[in-house]
Parts: sequence; structure tokens; C-alpha cells
Amino acid sequence: MALDKNAPETRSFKVVGSRPLRPDGIDKVTGRARFGADMSAPGMLIGHILRSPHAHARIRAIDTSKAEALAGVKAVVTRADFAAAPEGMEDVLDNCMAGEKALYDGHAVAAIAATSAAIARQAAKLIEVDYEVLPHVTDVDAAMAPGAPALHDGRSDETVPDGYSANVMSRVEYGHGDIEAGLAKADRVLERSYKTAATHQGYIEPHACLATMGPDGQADLWCCTQGHYMVRNTCAALLGMDQGQLRVTASEIGGGFGGKTTVFIEPVALALARKAGRPVKIVMDRTEVLRATGPTASSSIDVRIGMTKDGRITAADAELRYQGGAYPGSPVGMGSMSAFAPYDLENVRTIGYDVVTNRPKQAAYRAPGAPMAAFAVESAIDELAKGFGLDPLDVRLKNAAREGTRSSYGPTFPAIGLEATLRAAKDHPHWSAPLGPNQGRGVACGFWFNFGGDTCVTLNVTPDGTVTVTEGNPDIGGSRASMSMMAAEELGIPYEKVRTVIADTGALGQNEVTDGSRVTFAVGLATIEAARAAKREMCARVAKIWGIDEEAVIWEDGAAKPAGPNAGDYPPMTLAEIAAIASNTGGPIAGHHEVNAEGAGVSFATHIADTEVDPDTGATRIVRYTVIQDAGKAVHPAYVEGQFQGGAVQGIGWALNEEYIYGADGILQNPGFLDYRIPVASDLPMIDTVILEIPNPGHPYGVRGVGETSIVPPLAAVANSVSAATGVRMTDLPMSPPKVLAAVQGQQEG
Amino acid sequence: MSQIHVTTRLNGDETEFLCDAQETLLDVLRNRLGLTGAKEGCGTGDCGACSVTVDGRLVCSCLMLGAEAVGREIETVENMADGETLHPLQRKFLEHAALQCGICTPGILVAAKSLLEQNPSPTEEEARYWLAGNLCRCTGYDKIIRAVMDAAEEMRRAS
Amino acid sequence: MVKVRIWGSLTAATDGRSEVEVDATNLRELLDSLAQAYPGLQPQLKRGVTVAIDGLLYNDDWFTPISDDSEVVLLSRLQGG
Ligand code: FES
Ligand code: FES
Repeated sequence: MALDKNAPETRSFKVVGSRPLRPDGIDKVTGRARFGADMSAPGMLIGHILRSPHAHARIRAIDTSKAEALAGVKAVVTRADFAAAPEGMEDVLDNCMAGEKALYDGHAVAAIAATSAAIARQAAKLIEVDYEVLPHVTDVDAAMAPGAPALHDGRSDETVPDGYSANVMSRVEYGHGDIEAGLAKADRVLERSYKTAATHQGYIEPHACLATMGPDGQADLWCCTQGHYMVRNTCAALLGMDQGQLRVTASEIGGGFGGKTTVFIEPVALALARKAGRPVKIVMDRTEVLRATGPTASSSIDVRIGMTKDGRITAADAELRYQGGAYPGSPVGMGSMSAFAPYDLENVRTIGYDVVTNRPKQAAYRAPGAPMAAFAVESAIDELAKGFGLDPLDVRLKNAAREGTRSSYGPTFPAIGLEATLRAAKDHPHWSAPLGPNQGRGVACGFWFNFGGDTCVTLNVTPDGTVTVTEGNPDIGGSRASMSMMAAEELGIPYEKVRTVIADTGALGQNEVTDGSRVTFAVGLATIEAARAAKREMCARVAKIWGIDEEAVIWEDGAAKPAGPNAGDYPPMTLAEIAAIASNTGGPIAGHHEVNAEGAGVSFATHIADTEVDPDTGATRIVRYTVIQDAGKAVHPAYVEGQFQGGAVQGIGWALNEEYIYGADGILQNPGFLDYRIPVASDLPMIDTVILEIPNPGHPYGVRGVGETSIVPPLAAVANSVSAATGVRMTDLPMSPPKVLAAVQGQQEG
Repeated sequence: MSQIHVTTRLNGDETEFLCDAQETLLDVLRNRLGLTGAKEGCGTGDCGACSVTVDGRLVCSCLMLGAEAVGREIETVENMADGETLHPLQRKFLEHAALQCGICTPGILVAAKSLLEQNPSPTEEEARYWLAGNLCRCTGYDKIIRAVMDAAEEMRRAS
Repeated sequence: MVKVRIWGSLTAATDGRSEVEVDATNLRELLDSLAQAYPGLQPQLKRGVTVAIDGLLYNDDWFTPISDDSEVVLLSRLQGG
């Protein structure tokens, strides 16, 4: 589409940039908001999923007869109840319900619908699965080694050279220049290997859904998802239904962070509902969430960077190996593209390998693939800078990508905000604040792409002059408020006069999932365009009333006014006045906009972290933390700050505590919040934020996505800080106390 | 399996229900009494999303049996506002944008109310430790803590 | 003719060249011409790519205009979280 290129920065805003209360706020503080598990239906059955206790096993046979015979059991489904998946969806189906093999601990193998949860659980114990246990592999480097147990045979694509393990699914390479020649010009070449553990998005709301299907094949599904249109399309394909027969309603969503951009239980609930002829509700428990939904990839990364002693990077090279669980699709491509993206490099190369292991299929997690790569690269740059006695911010400024830089992944950057974030970091009081004993300061940069995608918005003007905005993207962190604000801004009416609702799949056309930080950008753009369409319509109506040309009517401050030669001839007509007589002037007034909103802008951040490491226990405490990010125009600054803070803290958890721990048996050892420890309030200080507003030329208000970049820098910022505090370089995440203690003691002994 | 008959005071009203012996108070509230404000984030006492008070004490309702509610006073998030008037904590959470997705919010509000009842002027550190049992994955806690401190101040001034 | 930069691992399909030239005035023509001129690219094009045109990212919109002096870079398909 043709994007509106009107210079966004020249605008002054009335509503955008303020901090109104969110429209769903009262429901959420009173307990009234309905999340995934909060819905029920008359005659509803409870669904329960039986999961593989093995990391890798062939399923020879499944006998469900005893379970089916149990009183209260109304349906049992296995893979045999699903037709072959359409091309391209085989893995999605196989992940929802195992076919020939169970590929990880927790893989679904059968499901039951019964009159109570207790009966469903009891029935699961009566299902007899005949497993042939196979050798397994859960570590990425082990999976790449020759002779590793293979999950799939013959699925590597044409990019994988001969001689690799069958678990390597694909290989990507990015870059330009001549690495070896560049390294030869360096005063020092640093070579380091880094590892990051798999971490889970950790949304507090487990997956939940309620499915109904009538004998006529019409179905309804209620679920918590980042994209109910995606759920509709996927479920319809897996169940052999027409998309139009399945209506999906998105509940309020209790966090997603990328983890709710695919389906797990939804097709299973529909299959059970179809078989039982009754509504079926499935709610995962936390153990299931950790064992069987998507964590992100774990990684193993080798970096080589050459630097001159005045801090110029002469060449940068990285090999990234990501395991994305049991199916192809780890985010190594995006890791490879983003690794060196903040820097202006003459010689740069990244090589990425997508590897499968006996772990749950990874799902997107906030800036998928980028945090691990940034951890490796930003750690290496920090180590080089310190080695030369240079200020790490100066080194980054010296190498920073700017407008016109050819990025490490290919395209030339338009106006970008990296340098501005670095300068703001230098000027921030945090950067020069004194440190206490056992404390250290670290800094790191991060980059993310941001996306657009298919989007529909309908804006209706009611007879009393209020406005309803209907959009199709679940509101994960206040986007309804942002849409109402943009509509109010464009129409020139108060924020309180606009209400934004999330429509079910019957109400709008296709909408891309809420991901890639796309909502404020793309849905915002469609909202503005829908409002403009409504304004045009209202101006046309008023022109008729006044008997003048349409072009002679303009919209200003919430009213139609005569312009040009007619200026001042008629009193302005407000939106409410026009709405009141809509029936007399042609019928109800609405505006709508449907678009594939491509052309989103990239975004950068710089984070500063202070940590204190207890030399006796190795425990790390975050003492102070500052996030500086280019947000483009911040529509609702409080929610922008919230995105910065939330992403930073997820990154802190990744750096310090969170990890998937597998035993030698391939079984997940810590499937609960007690042992999979996400940051709690007492772990943290306040998270300072600095919003830079460098307008995105691809959006009428200059909006960029803000949701993802904030998780990219913290891993390295914290690691660099710990290394400054302890004098040892931590290259293996998480930096859990035993690891830090061992490193500190090792250094003292050495 | 015969069910247990329980009489309790729920949000100020005498309430009766039948439940199975192994059913948690959280299940009873959500599935039998239609009070879905308390959420199940873990079912193991680790996330605090199910927080309610029982005889004024903060508990994880996922760790208590429904049958144990006999003769107790149960308060849930649904009873925090006084009719149309929000509790100062609820108001401050909205003003400070202390929620993103809002799934943790009911539990955190109940826990914070209980904090302020015990300690009307907590330090930031005390608030952080008191709320350490309530996980929030969206906000990084910054705005939550600010909202709690601000509400505490307002309530002190009002009293 | 539009110059298209190809990422490293795809150069196996373009006789080792990291920059190729094809005739195209929009995204659809670009992808068609690439598939025709370099059949080895077809599996990847089918799996999906993202195309950066003058620094902005496009996934699907066929009629996105491309001019001869546009900077066009082929990228792995991007996905968000
Ligand atoms: S559900 Fe009770 S503590 Fe998590
Ligand atoms: S606001 Fe989402 S978990 Fe707290």
C-alpha cells in the first residue's frame, strides 16, 4: 500500500501522547474481565490431554477402550481422529497431537472429554499407549554432532551442506565484505563461545479454550490467543472445516509475548466437541504450559570480532546454532540478521543453523532470536572495549549504524535512533553515578525489526455522536486505549467519546496476529485511515446540506467547516450534529480500512544495568536499571514505559535465573514456577525509562512498534555488569548463583 | 462420591455450596460460585494469582480446600470496590497503568490490600517483599509498586 | 532492471553471486522473475521470504512498487513475538 508520507514530526497532537485511563481498566481491577478460563457453557465437558512421559518414542499403538468405558467419559481422541494435515501444517498438527512418534516429554498423545476434570484425569490413566522408547537428544551441540539420535529423516532443506547431522534443518548466511582481511587489520581478535538456555514466555495465564460444534458443522471457539484469526484459519484447516463456519472469539488475554501466536489445545477441544456433541473446555495447568507449549530456542554461539585499539571494529563473524525443539523453525534466521545490526561494519558475516531436538516446539518469544545473538555480540564488544581501556559507549558510538549505513543483514538503514539512544545513555545520570563495593555497570544495545501485516478496522458513528472502533487484534497491553486515542485525535473528539472493541472473526476480515510489535503501528494506521474515511463521508453529507462542493468542506476540531470561498458562510457542524441527522442525509456513517500494512520501521535501544554480586554466594542483585529506546511517536507513554520495563525484566530473568533444565532421561526437571523462577518484585529496583521519539516515516503519526526491542539488550547488559562487578566474564546464561560463584572462585584460584 | 456441604461467609454474604473433598477453594469460587476474579496461574502456590483473604489472612486459594472454608470469612477481589466506588488501590492501579494484561491484577490487589491493612506505611522494600509471592510477567513491577505506594499515601491522608 | 541482493546461503542458487539483476516493477514481478531466472531459489521462495525495499520490510503485498533504483534485499521470512 501507499503509506502516508506526510512529515509526522510537524504535527502537534491533542490526545496522542497523553495518558488517559484504559477502557478495559475497571473490568480488570474488579475481577470482571473474562480471560480464557473464565468462560463456561451449559452442558460443558472438561477436556484433558494425555502427554508422553518419554522424550522420544515411537507410538506403536494406543488402546482407549478402557477410558471410553469409564462412566462420565464422552469422547476420546487421538491422532486417528484427525485427517492428514494440509501442506505446510503437518508440524502444527503433529505438535498438537502426536502421530507416529512422541518427540518430547509432554507431547500430546490422546485427549479425553468427560463430565468432570476428575473423571477426565482418571480416564487418562486408563489409556494404554504402547511406546517403543528411542534415544533422545536435548542439547543443540549434541544434536548437531555426527551420530546424534535423529528426530526426522530427510527433512533438512537444500541449504544444509552434506555431512551434517540429520537434525540440522537449515542453514542461513548473511553479511558482506571479507572477514579474514578485516580481522588482519585488527589490533586484537577476540574469539568466544556463548550459550543461552531456553526460556519460556512465562505468561501468567495458561492456555485455555472452550469449543462448541453443532451437528451442522458450525463451530464456536473462545480462547486466549494473540490472534483469533490465525486460530480460526489453523483450526479450520486441521479439522477440515470452512473458515467461515468457525467463529473464534478472543478472550481477554493474560500475557502472550509471542507464546500465544500458535495453537496447542484449540484443535483438540474442537475435535472432542465434534465427537462428543457437547461443548468442551480445556485449560492447561502450569506444568503443561512449561512442558508442552513453546519456550524460545536455546543457543550456542561462536563470535569472532576484530577491533583496532582505538575501538573500530574491523570485522565481525558469528556462527549461531539454535535448537527450536522437535520441529524446524527456530528463530536463528532472525538471530543471524539482528546479531550485528546495530553496527556499521565493512566486513561482517553470520551463519545460522536451525537444529531440532527432543524438546517442545519453540514458539515466538518477544523479538524472537535476537536476545541470544545480542548477548554474544554485545558481550564480545564489551570485552574488547574494556581490554583496550575504552568506554563501551564510545566504542558503540564509533561503530554505530546510522542513516545510510548498509546493515549487516543487507538493507540500507533509513533514519534510525541508535546513536540517539547511545548519546542519551552517556548523558543519563545513571551512567556517571558512583558504584558501591561488589557492584558493576554494564551497557548493551539491541535491535528489532517490527512488522505490519493484514489489518482491518471499522469505525462506526452512533446516532448520538459517539464512536466505536472495531478491530481484530487481541489487546495484550492497552492497545484498545491507543486505538481510541488515535481515532479521537483524527476525529477531533474527546477520548471518552470513543470505545474500541475487539471483534470476533465473524465481524471483520483477516487480521494478522498481535505480534512483531505490530498493533500500535498497523492497527493504528488502519484506525487513522478508517477515521479519515468517516470524515470524508461526513464532509460530503455536510456539503449536501449546505449545497456547496465537497471540496469546500474541511474537517477541523471535530466539526465540518466551510472552507475556501465559503469560509465563514455556515456555522460548523459537529460530529454529534452530523450523526444526529445521519438517517436524513444518507444513512448511518462509518469508515473502514483494510490493508496489508507493510513497511514498518526498525527500532533500537540501549540499556544500562548495575548489579551487585555477593562474593560468598554468587547471587546477583539488580541495583539500578535504565532503558533508553526509540519508540517513534509514543501514543500512550505510560504503556510505552510499561513495555520497556516488562521487556527489560524478562531479559533480566533470562540473564540471571530462567532456564529449561533437562535430565539425562530427557525429562524436563523444572516444570513449575517454583523451579522455573521468573523475577519477583523483591528481586528488582524501579526500572527507569527514557523514551526517544524519532518518528517513523512510514506511519501518519510516526509510530513505531515498541513491544519487542526491550528484551534484546538486557542479557548482555546484565552479563557485562556482572563481569564488571566480579572481574570474570560470564558466557553461559543463566548466571545462576552456583555458576557465578564457581567462576569467581575459579578466578581466585587461577 | 458424596459431596460436602459447606456454609461460609463470602464477601459478606452467607453462602452455601457443595463440593468434592479434593476440590480447592479456588475451584469452588471459580466453578461453583461463578467468582472468576481469582485466577489460576499455577495451582501450586507459586504465582499468587488466586489470592483471597480468609479471616483477614492472605492465602493462595489454590492451596486451600473448599471444604476448609466452613465457618470462615472469605474476601475476594470482587468485593474490593464499594459499589460504584473503587478502592484506592484499584484507582491507583488504573492511574499508574500498573496493569498490562491484567491477569495478575486481582491477586496483586488482594495482596496489596492485605499489606496496607497490616502496615499502612510500608517502605518500597517492604511492599516488594510482601508482593514477592505475586508474579507479574508484563510490567516488571515498577508501576505496580508505585501504585501501591501512592495508594498507601492517599489512604494515610484520608484516615 | 532491479538489482537484488541475496543472502549468503542462497548464492548457491545464483552461481555464487550475491547480487543479481531482474526485471520487475513490483514485488510480485520480482519474486516471479527470480524464480524463473534462478530455479534453485524456488524452494526458499515457496517457504517464504521478506523483501526489504529501500529499507522497509515487505512480506506479501504483490503490488508494492519497485523502481530500477530501489534498493532491494531478500531476507529470511521474518516473524514476530
Ligand atoms: S494459582 Fe494459586 S498461587 Fe498460583
Ligand atoms: S499485567 Fe500481565 S501478568 Fe501482570
